[in-house]
Amino acid sequence: MGAPVSANLAQIGKSVVIKGELSGSEDLYVDGQVEGSIALKGNSLTVGPNGQVKANVEAKGVVVQGKLDGNVQASDRVELRKSAVVNGDISTQRISIEEGAYLKGKVDIQGKSEGKSAAK
Amino acid sequence: MASVTQSFMKFFRSSGSREAVNPAQTAPQKLSRRSSGLGELARMWDTTEVLTVLDLGSTSPSNIRHFTERGHRIYSEDLLTASTDPRLVTKDEQGNVVLDSRQFLADNLVYPAAHFDVVLCWNLPDYLHESLVRPVVGRLWSVLKPGGMLLAFFHTRDAGPDSPCYRFHIVGSDALEMQKIELRRETRRGPTGAVHTAISDGFQLQRVFNNRHIENLFRDFASIKFFLARDNVREVLVVR
Repeated sequence: MGAPVSANLAQIGKSVVIKGELSGSEDLYVDGQVEGSIALKGNSLTVGPNGQVKANVEAKGVVVQGKLDGNVQASDRVELRKSAVVNGDISTQRISIEEGAYLKGKVDIQGKSEGKSAAK
Repeated sequence: MASVTQSFMKFFRSSGSREAVNPAQTAPQKLSRRSSGLGELARMWDTTEVLTVLDLGSTSPSNIRHFTERGHRIYSEDLLTASTDPRLVTKDEQGNVVLDSRQFLADNLVYPAAHFDVVLCWNLPDYLHESLVRPVVGRLWSVLKPGGMLLAFFHTRDAGPDSPCYRFHIVGSDALEMQKIELRRETRRGPTGAVHTAISDGFQLQRVFNNRHIENLFRDFASIKFFLARDNVREVLVVR
């Protein structure tokens, strides 16, 4: 699965390694390694199939296909695809988890749409 | 000769197909099952406002949905998979291969004391390595609230040694779907001390507990209740 192409999408390729604080106001696709923290208020993070993220993540939406070690705070939704490996707590309004995804951590459904979680 | 050739070809066909199959793409068949223990627990989560639940089986979207829809908090931790970590393999004083329970508990089940209202163990004790069973039950006692409940399933001897290991999905107040776990990462140390990892089919039943063993295993808990099911499984509901 390739990275989605969009004008407002920043991409970190699979050979790229970043350590530090990442923040921005556009969607981010990570297929490389990121260690630190990621803050994308109002925007989405996608961890690609080769992505390895060791960071606490704050974003509007988070899609995980690769590995994510850290807590996730999503103001809208979180999607764990079947290849996802997540070690950390997830706090979101909606969550979708595919069969085969691995999660070690807490799932906390928050906000106005409490009770409308959508794990499939 | 023909049969030898056929067997030979069959071997190649079977080994070839095994390599070709992507385990993530094959969805094992789900079996339905009624659970009296779950039914008793369901009364608790249908009447209590916010519960904190720990699910120790394979990550189950159904279970996460089941609890979050009811406003409960759910923690997911796949202890059986965690127990295949190669770093845990060590030897005891007699030279037997064991798993390092201290390291295991340093990496897993790290929660404050009296944190959970419900722990779903499913069939974990039957498939977990011997050296981890008692330490894990001890840790579960400490992370359960007083009055908190734990559900576990134990095979009877009639189930046989090849009983498949299932993951459990809650689909109703006393209804489960069971899905065979296909993959297992096996670890062992070679003669040079190097750790070798291999993938094989499923987890193996480690032992069969009788009722006395089960009572002994949960002796620190306040009460224990047995439900004998038709499929050679005893459901056990214990209260901290």
